[in-house]
Formats: sequence, structure tokens, C-alpha cells
Amino acid sequence: MAAPVDRIPSDALIALGCEGSANKLGIGIIAHDPTTGKSSVLANIRHTFVSPPGTGFLPKDTARHHRSFFVQVARSALRAAGIPPSRLACICYTKGPGMGAPLQSVAVAARTLSLLWDKPLVGVNHCVGHIEMGREITGAGNPVVLYVSGGNSQVIAYAEQRYRIFGETLDIAVGNCLDRFARTLNISNDPAPGHNIEQLAKQAVADGILLDLPYAVKGMDCSFSGILAAADGLAAQMQEQDAREARGEPAVDEAAGEVRITPARLCYSLQETVFAMLVEITERAMAHVGSAQVLIVGGVGCNERLQAMMGQMAAERGGSVYATDERFCIDNGIMIAHAGLLAFETGFRTPLAESTCTQRFRTDEVHVKWRD
Amino acid sequence: MAADSATHAFPLPAILEYPSSTPPQLITQGAEGRLYKSTYLLPSIPCALKYRPPKPWRHPVLDARLTRHRILAEARNLAKCRREGVPVPTVYAIDESAGWLMMEWVAGVPVRAAINEWLQRRRDAERAEGRSGDAIVEGTRDADADLVALLRRIAAAVGRMHKIGIIHGDLTTSNMMLRPWERGKEPANGHNVEGDGLLEGDIVIIDFGLASQSTSEEDRAVDLYVLERAFTSTHSRAEKLFTTILESEYREAFKQAPIVLKKLEDVRMRGRKRSMLG
Repeated sequence: MAAPVDRIPSDALIALGCEGSANKLGIGIIAHDPTTGKSSVLANIRHTFVSPPGTGFLPKDTARHHRSFFVQVARSALRAAGIPPSRLACICYTKGPGMGAPLQSVAVAARTLSLLWDKPLVGVNHCVGHIEMGREITGAGNPVVLYVSGGNSQVIAYAEQRYRIFGETLDIAVGNCLDRFARTLNISNDPAPGHNIEQLAKQAVADGILLDLPYAVKGMDCSFSGILAAADGLAAQMQEQDAREARGEPAVDEAAGEVRITPARLCYSLQETVFAMLVEITERAMAHVGSAQVLIVGGVGCNERLQAMMGQMAAERGGSVYATDERFCIDNGIMIAHAGLLAFETGFRTPLAESTCTQRFRTDEVHVKWRD
Repeated sequence: MAADSATHAFPLPAILEYPSSTPPQLITQGAEGRLYKSTYLLPSIPCALKYRPPKPWRHPVLDARLTRHRILAEARNLAKCRREGVPVPTVYAIDESAGWLMMEWVAGVPVRAAINEWLQRRRDAERAEGRSGDAIVEGTRDADADLVALLRRIAAAVGRMHKIGIIHGDLTTSNMMLRPWERGKEPANGHNVEGDGLLEGDIVIIDFGLASQSTSEEDRAVDLYVLERAFTSTHSRAEKLFTTILESEYREAFKQAPIVLKKLEDVRMRGRKRSMLG
């Protein structure tokens, strides 16, 4: 991982990015070579706050986690990059969107670094960070972007220097739906609830039984809260079946056509349903803008089933899917450093007095000056 | 049939595999399915065949359920629109389990293409005059009259559809056709007779694949919001003009329209300021 400092051209711009909008604290260091236009990742360190099974991460605990680990993570990032702080061009940090308290802790820390090392600050939109990093890693030129994470579900296409939102969730994010369902089933949050749902779902692929869940697509938007409620209802039904079985009674009434519900079947059905919705709205956006490329970013983008479904859809349209692995899909500091540095190169700075953070920061509010 | 290898890159639906004097032609691969041009009963009656092929990426049970449900809903809603005088293609035939719906062929171009072409010409004209060419379309210049008239017709057509209790579900300018007026039948509705004729024609709303029946203000407002956002993202230079005209013209369409527009403001706020964590 550690790139020797002598391999970085002396005129390269180097940025340090700090991310902490949710339960991941990430610090990354990236270098942009001005002659080749290539960027190289010098460090990408992450520390995740994992809450016990059945619970989610609360803002105050998450903020405390970020405060406690910031110095340690920053030091290991600098060590991995093998550069002194004086070599940095700017300090980038997540301005939003995200959870208030964690964002604040990281913004304070970024300000501290900025004053300590006398470097300008660059506030970055988290969603734009994901998109730019995805484009950089995969080499996708102008894709339709599906951004799916614990807090966001958006279908985005670029037009006239903005990342425009074509469709999005009308209520909770898809990752939130999966995370909360993991809590219902008491599935571990380590390494991530979505990952564990994915593994559990694989056990139900063989019999392929799809439990009945609502399918909520409205135009290019979709909705997940009703699906979560229905899945929670099925989980309660499963517990009744378990209880009947424990009493020595038959778990299901086969004459009435009742199906035995298992955690694996629930996870499988939930994934199949919500991912079908996401692929559908992405396909609609692709048809609308006439693009055959699709890029998946955000934590849920790591899911291999989602990637496979999207790949099949894109192939049918004569295109392809671009996805990254967990290093870049899941929240990280490097994406903040990369998007921040792109803005920095166009002259963008965030003065100290304005270096605030905000829970609400739409993807289409950012002026994407670095693209045509 | 050697020439249309592109047409047959996809397997044809069974209904189009019968020998015919007019070979089916693949018009477009939309998000939902494929649209073929064929003929109905006589070689002289063109028709559109909408085929929803199985989606291999979707679970087969879910796929069959969605396809059946959507084909049936689409046919019902088209029939209702037709009965109540909303300009839509007529349904000719249907087989919901095979996934196809055959309907009237609508001549003309999609509104999206017409507006983009119009905006492009306007940009070229502005550049020819030495301006940057990305000015916002205000709708106040004489040359804008065609666009203003078209946007009015769009708003009126949507208003009429909402009036009879149909929600389209995927209102975009790609889902509206501009059917050329028959010669001598051009309406006197303020369109620029001296213009290039690019934006002339009747609005015909197509693709009722996501339509539903509802008279709730909320559903209607969401329908308008979908259109507004699709418009903003594809024709951003005429965004403000569109919103203004939509509001003034739609208001007149039916009694509850002002309430729907009030609701649209709420929907916009919800859409733009929703808390986003992550």
C-alpha cells in the first residue's frame, strides 16, 4: 500500500481527506499527477464503529468513536503514505450529508489539522465523493450512477456541471432498510449488517422460494419503508412458526399452502425484491438519458447479488456495469480527498469561518466545475 | 430480411413470429420492454406492439407477477383514457401472460426529441449572434411562442388525464408524442405559424406501464413532480418556463387542480430537503 514518496512527482498535488458522516471514520491521502492526470492512492485507512447485534449506531456514540480514533487513524495514514504534513496541498473533509454529531467531530478535527499545518480546507459533498471516486477507480466516463448506502438511494446522471438526481427513495434508504431488518433478525453488525444478510441469503438461492413482499416503484423513485414493515411482519410470523415447532406442533399449515419462513428465505426475498426495484429505476434512467454505462457506488454497492443483477441488465442493453470493492464502495477518506482535490484544482477553498457541516446537502447543489 | 440483423438481435415475441407481408421492426428498447412496429389485421394499419420480455435478472416469480399486473393495468388505463377523451393510443389486442399489448401506431416524434432539437437550434442561433448560447429560455421572445404553446398543450393534456382519475406514474417528455396535425386541421392555439414547425402537433401521452387510478391530490402532485424533475434534468434551460406554464395551464384543467398545485409545493420541499444520512 505504502507508495514511496520518491515515486510521486515533486509537482504532484497531495490531499488528505477526512470522512466521518456515518459509522466509518476514514482518512485517505491521494496524489494527482498534473502531467499525466493520473491519481495515486497513498493511504486509505478506515476504522468502523460496530454496534452490538440488534442495535444501530447512535449519533453520540459514533461521534465519540470518531473523536477517540481520529489521531490514531490520521497518524497511520501519514505513515502509510510516507509523506510529511508539509507536502499536503489541502485538507478535505465531509461537509455533508450525514449524521450531525459524527460530521461535527470530524469537521473540528479537520479544522485543527488545517490550523496546525497551515493548509487550506476544502469541504466536500459526500455523495459527490462517492461518484468521483467510482469514476476514477473504474474509468467509467459518463455513467448513470446508482448511489446506494445506509443513508442514500439515488439514481444520478451528469448534465451541465451538476450531478442531477433522476430518482431516489421517497422514504428510507435501501441500506437503512437492510440494516434495520438485520436488527429485526438479530444479525451481527460485524463487519456490516448488509454483508451478513447477503451471506445468509445465499443459503436460500438453491430452493429459490420468494416470500411475498410489496414492490414499490413510482416512476424513477422507490420506497422501502413499506417493504421493511412487511418483512418485519413475516419475521414475526416466522417466530410463531418456530414457537409452534418448539411445542411439537407442525410449524406450518401445509393444507393452507403456508410456507416455512426462515431467516435465509427472508434475507433472500428482501434482497431480490429491493434490488429488482433498484435495477429497474436504474434501467429507466439509462433509457431516459440514452446511456449504457452504469456505475454503482455506496456501501450497498459491494453486494455481489446487486452487482450481478445490474450486470445482466446492462449487458442486455449492450453496456456494462462498473463497481468497486469494499475499499472504495464503503465510506472512506480517499474519496473525500479525491473529490476535494478536484475542486481544489479549480480554485475552490472553504474558508475557516465557513467550514461548517450540514446534515442536508443535496448532490445536485454542488457545482461540478471540473467536468465539461 | 438481411438488412435488419439489428432488429433481430433480440428474440421476437411469439406473436411476431407468424409470416407477415410487413416484417416487424424494432422501434426502441425502452426501460420496460421493447416496442415493435407491425401491422394489425391489414397491411395498411400500422400498430405498435409493446412486449415486456422476461427480465432474467429478476426472480421469475416476481417477474411474472409484475409483467402480468403491468400489462393488464396498462390496457385498462389506456381504455379509460380513450373513453374519456384523453389523447392516447387505442388498444387493439392483449395477451398479458405472454407479456404483450398491441395498440394504435402514433405518428410523429417524442416531445423530448422535439424540444431538444428546438433548444439546439436556439443555441446555434444565439451563438451565431455572438452570445454564449446557454441563456435561460424566458418564453418572452416571439421566437419562444412555439415552445410556450407546446408546454401549454402538455400541461393541458396532463390536466385532462388527471381529471379523469388516471395517474401516469412515469411522466417524462420521452413518454409524450407529438403527432403532426393533419393538413388544414391546425388549431389556432397561439403557435407560431411563421415558425419552423418543429413543435407543432397534438400531444399524445404514451407508455402507461406504471399508470394507476387515483384522484388523490398527493398522487397527482407526485405525478407532476416526476414530470417536473424529468423536464429539469433533460431540458434544464427551459426549466423555469416549464414550471410557470405548468402551474398556470394545469390550474384550469379541473376543479381540484389548484389544490394539487398547492400539494406540489409540499412534494417539492420533501424531495429537495429530505434528510440524507450516510
